[in-house]
Amino acid sequence: MLRLEKSTENKIEILSLFGEVDASNSVILDEAIQELVDGGAKSIIVDGEKLDYISSAGLGVFMSYLEDFNDKGISMKICGLTPKVHEVFKILGLDQLIPIYEDRAAASAS
Amino acid sequence: MKHKLNFACQTSALSELRAFLQGAMSGVSLSEIEKHQVTLAVEEVCANLIIHSHGCNPEDYIHLEIKDSAQKLVFEISDQGKAFNILTYEAPDLKKVMVEKRKGGLGIILVKKIMDEIEFESENGTNTCRLIKWFHS
Repeated sequence: MLRLEKSTENKIEILSLFGEVDASNSVILDEAIQELVDGGAKSIIVDGEKLDYISSAGLGVFMSYLEDFNDKGISMKICGLTPKVHEVFKILGLDQLIPIYEDRAAASAS
Repeated sequence: MKHKLNFACQTSALSELRAFLQGAMSGVSLSEIEKHQVTLAVEEVCANLIIHSHGCNPEDYIHLEIKDSAQKLVFEISDQGKAFNILTYEAPDLKKVMVEKRKGGLGIILVKKIMDEIEFESENGTNTCRLIKWFHS
């Protein structure tokens, strides 16, 4: 099960993920990010503090936006990952492509 | 000890698969992080089969058998769909995935990095993929 919550703090769009992202629901994550982009977001923080699991289907969603975000000057940061989930980002080397912060405060301040 | 699970080829079965794997691995000597990764690797192979070999047809089934010994855990995944040989599939590099905005291809990279050995065979219409994780002392 995946639940998403959106909020805005100081012009930063926060997308909080709750539960698990896999091939059955990664489209929900994709749509949520696309909506933020369509809404003119320039700065996005994905808060993964309550994200228990993410498979390649979800990681692929993040990957698919990176090139576009570079071109359009949109910043995307990820924060709050649990050690288990963070390790998966590291195995793929995604931590080299997307800035990952310990918590939301650190991500906002950078 | 052996654990067995049959599940239908639909992505909604993946959460059931994860719960089964976590239960089956509850007593094995892997760290929580390793169990999480092994769960992910097995799920990636099964998700590939569900989507690409079976077109999410809920009337098709995948059979999973877990065998553990003192040295290793073996996950045997078998199906009767279009054979996908994970050993000969060349996983794309990360840069290519990013530039081409592909949402696939990452799963196989994960499986190959997480598991210690991978075997594949296809015989009489049945494909078998074995994912092996050694216990490191």
